[in-house]
Amino acid sequence: MLLLIAGTMTVLVVRNLFVATMLLGIVSFTMALIFVSLDAVDVAFTEAAVGAGVSTVLYIGTLAMVGSQEKERTKFAAGPLAICLAVGAVLYYATYQMPPYGHAANPVNMHVAPRYIEDSPTEIGVPNMVTSVLASYRGYDTFGETTVIFTAGIGVMLILRQRRRRKEDGKKEEKSPLNKPGDGSLTGLGSQHDLVPHVVAKLLIPFILMFALYVQFHGDYGPGGGFQAGVIFAAGIILYALVFSLEHARAVINEKTILFMMALGVLIYGGVGLTSILLGGAFLDYNLLAHDPVHGQHLGILLVELGVGITVTAAMLAIFYAFVGRADAIAEQMD
Amino acid sequence: MSFGYFNYWVFIILLMIGLYTVMSRTNLVKKMIGLSLFQISVFLFYISMGKITGGTAPIVVETVAGAAPPIYSNPLPHVLILTAIVVGIATTALGLSLVVRIKEAFGTIDEEDILEMEDNA
Repeated sequence: MLLLIAGTMTVLVVRNLFVATMLLGIVSFTMALIFVSLDAVDVAFTEAAVGAGVSTVLYIGTLAMVGSQEKERTKFAAGPLAICLAVGAVLYYATYQMPPYGHAANPVNMHVAPRYIEDSPTEIGVPNMVTSVLASYRGYDTFGETTVIFTAGIGVMLILRQRRRRKEDGKKEEKSPLNKPGDGSLTGLGSQHDLVPHVVAKLLIPFILMFALYVQFHGDYGPGGGFQAGVIFAAGIILYALVFSLEHARAVINEKTILFMMALGVLIYGGVGLTSILLGGAFLDYNLLAHDPVHGQHLGILLVELGVGITVTAAMLAIFYAFVGRADAIAEQMD
Repeated sequence: MSFGYFNYWVFIILLMIGLYTVMSRTNLVKKMIGLSLFQISVFLFYISMGKITGGTAPIVVETVAGAAPPIYSNPLPHVLILTAIVVGIATTALGLSLVVRIKEAFGTIDEEDILEMEDNA
């Protein structure tokens, strides 16, 4: 905990954005460890994969394009500091009205949670309650969130993938002041000569992908599920792209496939919902998918999680490809 | 007793740091980092609320006959935060891609410089 505070303070103080990004990764990872100690294994899983893995890669990708030095500034921001302290003071005062930490009788734990805990093993038949709440009880929410990820993936692609319009010769040589140090090709990371990363990555990647599949399909029983698996799978491929090169990764999964997969995941999810309507139930009513409700729930959750996993993988990869592709385009223009 | 609020206090401190970073730094990437910190602090808050002392992760375990039934921590905040993390990274990516475009359009990612250029234009 104190490590967290120290970490975040340094993030604030450090001028070099690259260092700040690394520290953010460390903070995320520490946070994941804390989540484990707070019994939130599923969340810890996600936080470790997302916070310490994918987001760090994305920040570095951005920094490669925008340069990593923050402007030196001496002005002291008194206004924001005052606001922050005020907010903090109000919140601090409010904690004294909070129910004590860790009591089973707290209001948070009294409302719907007991029902989930008591009934989900018999109603859904899935040991991991987080999965059953995620995919079944709160299936609508998750559908919405999957769609958000889908939209974000599309958005990033649209923003970054447009070829930079070559303004007819007149303006061409302005080329916006991008040729500062700090711009670089990300494919440069896939150096031909780094033997150690190559060998290690070759050994690791199959296991990462296997592990992702395990997390995907074992999500009913242990911590895991579509979101985590998607991120881990994407992380495996991102690692591949970083160590070898983007071209190699594109050869494995190209952008068209990714676009298709992104839509496919949402379609699977929506399709499961529509199927249950066609079978005479409500949207995402898994009970009707098989002869007995518990089996139906199993099937429904499995399919829905698969949809989520596919969309998340594809969206993460789409975002990553967009960033790296952009960096390369800039690097080419500089040549 | 007062130590029972420790998690909440850490949450507040992290939240303040995040908020301050967003408001006081003019570098857009730094602002995004601040936003991420802010997010992480809220995650901590939710998960802390769901924790029950002496509880275990909300995955059904087989109990020995006669033993006390296990106490599970609240699964609901876990679900909410789990999805929030992934949605968070997706939106962060969107923000970063906008930053990249701003860099291309203005040649800087410093808020003050951008405003200056806008005024001069």
